[in-house]
Amino acid sequence: MPENTAIAGATEVEGHHEHPPYQRHHFETMGQQNDATNFAMWLFLLTEIMFFGGLFTAYLIYRNWYYPAFVQGSHQLSIFWGTLNTAVLITSSFTMAMGVWCAEMRKKSALVLCLVLTFVLGLVFLGIKSIEYHEKWEKHHVPGLRYNLDSFLNPASDHEVYQEYHDKPLPLDMARHTELYFFLYFAMTGMHALHMIIGIGILTFMIIQAQRGAYTTGHVTFVENFGLYWHFVDIIWIFLFPLLYLISRHAN
Amino acid sequence: MSNHAETEHHIVSPKLYVVIFLSLLCLTGLTVAASYVEMYSFNVVVALGIAIVKAMLVVLFFMHVKYSSKLTKLTVFSGLFTFMVLIFMTLADYISRAWGRW
Amino acid sequence: MSDTIVVLPDQATARLPKTNYLNKENGLLSWLLTGDHKRIAILYLISITFFFFIGGALASLIRLELLTPQSDLMATDTYNKVFSMHGIIMIFFFLVPSVPATIGNFFIPMMLGAKDLALPKINLLSWYLYMAAGTLAIYSMIVGGVDTGWTFTTPLSTHYVNTHVITTGLAVFIAGFSSIFTGLNFIVTIHKMRAPGMTWFRMPLFVWSHYAASILMVLGTPVLAIALVLIVLERTIGIGVFDPTKGGDPLLFQHLFWFYSHPAVYIMILPGMGVISEVISTFSRKRVFGYTAVAFSSVAIAVFGFFVWAHHMFIMGISNYAVLVFSLLTMLVAVPSAIKIFNWAFTLYKGSVTFETPMLYAFGFMGLFTIGGLTGVFLGTAGTDIHLTETYFIVAHFHFVMVGGMLMAFLSGIHFYWPKMTGRMYPEKISQLAAVVTFIGFNFTFFPQFILGTLGMPRRYASYPPEFQVLNVFSTAGASILGVGYLLPVLYLTWSLKYGAIAGNNPWQATGLEWQTQSPPLTENFTEIPIVDHEAYDYEWLERQKEKEVASA
Repeated sequence: MPENTAIAGATEVEGHHEHPPYQRHHFETMGQQNDATNFAMWLFLLTEIMFFGGLFTAYLIYRNWYYPAFVQGSHQLSIFWGTLNTAVLITSSFTMAMGVWCAEMRKKSALVLCLVLTFVLGLVFLGIKSIEYHEKWEKHHVPGLRYNLDSFLNPASDHEVYQEYHDKPLPLDMARHTELYFFLYFAMTGMHALHMIIGIGILTFMIIQAQRGAYTTGHVTFVENFGLYWHFVDIIWIFLFPLLYLISRHAN
Repeated sequence: MSNHAETEHHIVSPKLYVVIFLSLLCLTGLTVAASYVEMYSFNVVVALGIAIVKAMLVVLFFMHVKYSSKLTKLTVFSGLFTFMVLIFMTLADYISRAWGRW
Repeated sequence: MSDTIVVLPDQATARLPKTNYLNKENGLLSWLLTGDHKRIAILYLISITFFFFIGGALASLIRLELLTPQSDLMATDTYNKVFSMHGIIMIFFFLVPSVPATIGNFFIPMMLGAKDLALPKINLLSWYLYMAAGTLAIYSMIVGGVDTGWTFTTPLSTHYVNTHVITTGLAVFIAGFSSIFTGLNFIVTIHKMRAPGMTWFRMPLFVWSHYAASILMVLGTPVLAIALVLIVLERTIGIGVFDPTKGGDPLLFQHLFWFYSHPAVYIMILPGMGVISEVISTFSRKRVFGYTAVAFSSVAIAVFGFFVWAHHMFIMGISNYAVLVFSLLTMLVAVPSAIKIFNWAFTLYKGSVTFETPMLYAFGFMGLFTIGGLTGVFLGTAGTDIHLTETYFIVAHFHFVMVGGMLMAFLSGIHFYWPKMTGRMYPEKISQLAAVVTFIGFNFTFFPQFILGTLGMPRRYASYPPEFQVLNVFSTAGASILGVGYLLPVLYLTWSLKYGAIAGNNPWQATGLEWQTQSPPLTENFTEIPIVDHEAYDYEWLERQKEKEVASA
């Protein structure tokens, strides 16, 4: 798309040349503006990496300290729902990437479709997440608010999980540390879900704007930057999924 | 005007997106399958290895880093670097506190 | 050779420029909704001064209490709240945003030849976040305050105190985002908004040091944010992540907290160092000696800053090996800091040094920062740290760096840039007096604390053994002198807004782009975007410019 390329950067500086309406006054060229906002978005994602970094550090330390508790805690998660959710999120990332492409190619209705799909998939993800959260609530696995240790002191009482993993009962001291596992589970997935909710909010705004044709006249930076955010949220999940659901399946 | 040329705006073709999307799905399947195979401590290595590959695919293609300026690449790298500093310098304390028990 | 370089226009004919950023639009709303980095800087300047005096009032309460060995002015837990709120307000609401959000905000775009910061709305948002956070902090102070110390130390903050930890924690959390947005904005601006010809190594060192500080803001602050979120969750629903009885580790909080809060020390000091580079060069009429070394030393401080945080935790039970490694790494930070001090000293050497107010403050900075920095090396050495930590030695150390260093630099910068920001000069003699009074008051206040610390007086107590009283009286007496030193600038700077002499474009004959425009500047900074064809601090270029102007006039 010539409008978005570096060509604009080559135009002369002197005098008041015509600006596109979406160019802010303090930028000399559209290219400069796009570059600046794109770079700003990346810097914002850096802060997000560090924000989650604290939680990942906590996870690493406590998993090593209380390994058996983390193993049995993770046995309580459903690999089925986890996998399905991963697939949903990856698909939403794909539709978002396609959305950026549509905006660049100025395909308005296709862009709206992609954004709506991303929106719906985001909601599906949160729906599945809430099913999982609800199950934790039912089984008294919500740290701080509603927690008991039955599933870990007496694993056989928890039929479904027991049939699959045949976990041995944990000593009381270790069993109590499963609460830390579930806290980290809720903190990490909750923080991730919060990012999804914010993303879905912005998506709603974008769908309305896209319908008015705001992104299909050559100004795609907003869609692009939102795409970066959405993919970043996807990446966080790509790591959360194996760490929380998968890696402890066999460790006993 | 900025005194350095703006980045060339590269548009990734939808075909490539589809390829990346499908490989991400395959890798998800693979990592789930791998978790059902007993590999002892290698389960973690494989799971995280696959996660890293998936993340790289997303970063490089969905997020266009492969086609972006050196500055963007440097930004991504510096984020990972500081993340690693946080994790490993903290772990340095924890590991050496209980030497041999990690 | 004259004893001053100040060149003011003929006061009989001089007028402030007809249009400038201050009078372009009128009304409160035009300020509250502005996107102009200069107006936001002024907003920040006013609010930061407000918080500084609140923090200062708390400091005087502390010093008054310590006048006598008994805790007689206030109850001991009131004292705990007073010093905690003093720390929180001074650090998060004054020191962290002080130079970047005011002088940096105002001058970075101008130094780069840009019309504004890259993200003006984010800039305004950052001020609103700052105000929201500040309001919340004041609110928590009014309803009862917090007594954890500014460090929110666990498990004290999570389990043992019953004060307003959550409110204050949220205030600091929000202030953190304000700081992130400022830093993010600076990095983008420095990368993307430079005028043609403004290469990286033509940028003033002020910009370099802000670049380094901004990196720390962007990468460090989120870790503080998550640590505070965890504290709030621990207090509200008791998740146990820092609770030893549930298997959590209070030290993990320390790691996360200091991962930000050690770099935060450099967030505070680096912008101050930038100011000093500008001032020293201008008042020695010389290019900063070893420009490249000073520029890279800023970046080196930022990078090393991320590797040393556990030196705050030597006595907290981290492993001995970690103590060894972090102690060694801490020594590294001294190197780039020393590079700066030495290079400023070499800049003075054979320069035409004059002693205007900003320069006096800068000299104060150099001396006091050197003492503060070197005592930092004592504290970084694990052996001495175990003896000195949690005593007044550490209080004196960080006040030498933060107050003697950063606050001196802030005042130096305010005096240096005041004529550009307002178009008017302040009275020179009285401002020189203020600088000297501040310096004397500062040393009286904090030098005795080094001695008290080595004698073993612990920090954070309202009472102390009677044999420490003499030095404490010295310290309190010094604090009252210091208070006068801080009140004076408020008075004469306010006075100068109306009655000060017209400053003209470039009263100090400085070389930066910001000095080549009218004062106060236009809203869009430059009538045309400058094309930079000279190095920073090129005084010969300035001479040639002046000759050209004379020839054309």
